[in-house]
Amino acid sequence: MSIAIDALSWLLLIGGGLVVLIGGIGALRMPDFYTRMHAASLTDSMGSIFILAGVMLQAGLSLAAVKLATILIFLLLTGPTATYALANAAFVSGLRPKASPVKPAGDG
Amino acid sequence: MVILFGLFLLTLLVLTAVAIVRTPNLFVAVMLMAIFSLLMAANFFILDAADVALTEAAVGAGVTTVIFLSALALTADRERVTKTGTYFAMGVVSVTVVVLIYATFDKPVLGDPNAPVHQHVAPWYLEQTPELIDIPNVVTAVLGSFRGYDTLGEVFVVLVACIGVQFILGASPPPQAPRGQDEQGLRHHLVPQVVGRLLFPFIILFGLYVQFHGEYGPGGGFQAGAIIATGLILHALLEGESAALKAIPPNTLLAMVAGGALLYTLVGVLGIVLGGNFLDYSVLHSNPVTGQQIGILMIEAGVGITVCGALLSIFHAFAVRD
Amino acid sequence: MFLSASLAILVTMVLALIRALRGPTVYDRVLAVNMFGTKTALLLSVVAFLYGRPDFLDLALAYALINFVGVLAVLEFFQKQSAKPEAGEAQDVDRH
Repeated sequence: MSIAIDALSWLLLIGGGLVVLIGGIGALRMPDFYTRMHAASLTDSMGSIFILAGVMLQAGLSLAAVKLATILIFLLLTGPTATYALANAAFVSGLRPKASPVKPAGDG
Repeated sequence: MVILFGLFLLTLLVLTAVAIVRTPNLFVAVMLMAIFSLLMAANFFILDAADVALTEAAVGAGVTTVIFLSALALTADRERVTKTGTYFAMGVVSVTVVVLIYATFDKPVLGDPNAPVHQHVAPWYLEQTPELIDIPNVVTAVLGSFRGYDTLGEVFVVLVACIGVQFILGASPPPQAPRGQDEQGLRHHLVPQVVGRLLFPFIILFGLYVQFHGEYGPGGGFQAGAIIATGLILHALLEGESAALKAIPPNTLLAMVAGGALLYTLVGVLGIVLGGNFLDYSVLHSNPVTGQQIGILMIEAGVGITVCGALLSIFHAFAVRD
Repeated sequence: MFLSASLAILVTMVLALIRALRGPTVYDRVLAVNMFGTKTALLLSVVAFLYGRPDFLDLALAYALINFVGVLAVLEFFQKQSAKPEAGEAQDVDRH
């Protein structure tokens, strides 16, 4: 049983690490601000879920697991809020998404 | 591994610092300062200094960015580039850096048990804390009781800083012209409204937890004051400046700033009245250990009230002007 | 295994830092700061277990709770800037 839990938690941790890494690469490589935001929000939602779930399995039933669950809930609430606020701020200030997919990267 | 993590984070810290100095856009500098603070907190954490890391987190995560942005709204967002005196400044900085690096050769290596700091009073604190004060967090014992004078001084530094900001920014009353949308804060943004209102009580609750759990884990009055102030700043951002000032009027804030420092001082004076020394809490109760714990609890409350009031009144001093 | 997760988070922090330093718009930098904040919260919770100090999780909790206040302040800042007459030129794009 404990081996199964260990294996699952390692799997979640590695998966979370991969998601975070891919999101980070996306945030660096995507062509314009709104697509970069999409990549970055991946690390906030999926990366947090996987990594914190993996750590939670290692913590077992304890105060630490409760704290980790609280951290996860708060991250899942605040992450999209921050993304909304930022996208709204950019849009209000007149930054528009690039419609054409073939423009060169990073000339914002 | 600690060394590797630390070196890695320190390298990022230096890169960020250089970028902050080099950018002419002040908004960018504010954003990079936020990253700087995050890196600093991670660094403290890696070095096992949880109390300091929590302080950096509580102040850096919300309050500093908000106050910097309010200040930026009052001024231009581009730094005026000056050409004069740069070579002289470069020379002075280079010489200072060389001297400082030379001075570090004399320092003990990280974690050296024979370093002077581990030989002097630290072992005494570690040995005596369970006996004299009986709380698990030695940092709180040192800050609150053994070195109560230093903390009292820090509280008065916060008080003086708040008075200084009030002198510069609070001198003339802000114009009362009716303003449309910006007076409303973020009221018409539904998502931040809902999430902010949901999280607000939890932020206050977490602040109180940090306040009263400081004797058992990382935390204490300073961190709690900053976290509660962040929660109230969130309220001010969501509901608009006037609603926030109606909820907690400026006079109440100033009374908090002064009252917290006064509470701290009175606990010290109470020690004298009951026959002990200034800031000696052992006489506050028939059992000296319980007396120490009561004293630490009270002075931490004073620190928390002062810090919360000071941060909020500094924030409002900036925010009502733009 | 905690180590590999924390290394992945550290590398992502570097990527976010590069994005923060390169821009090109100021919003990219805010995005990078926000990303950096959540990555710090994750890193702190993983490292707390890597070092076996789960009682240090309060720090990650602090970041999870209050890190978005800064971004809300950014939204309010731009809202005020665009309400002013001279809106948008100075802070719109930061070209180097």
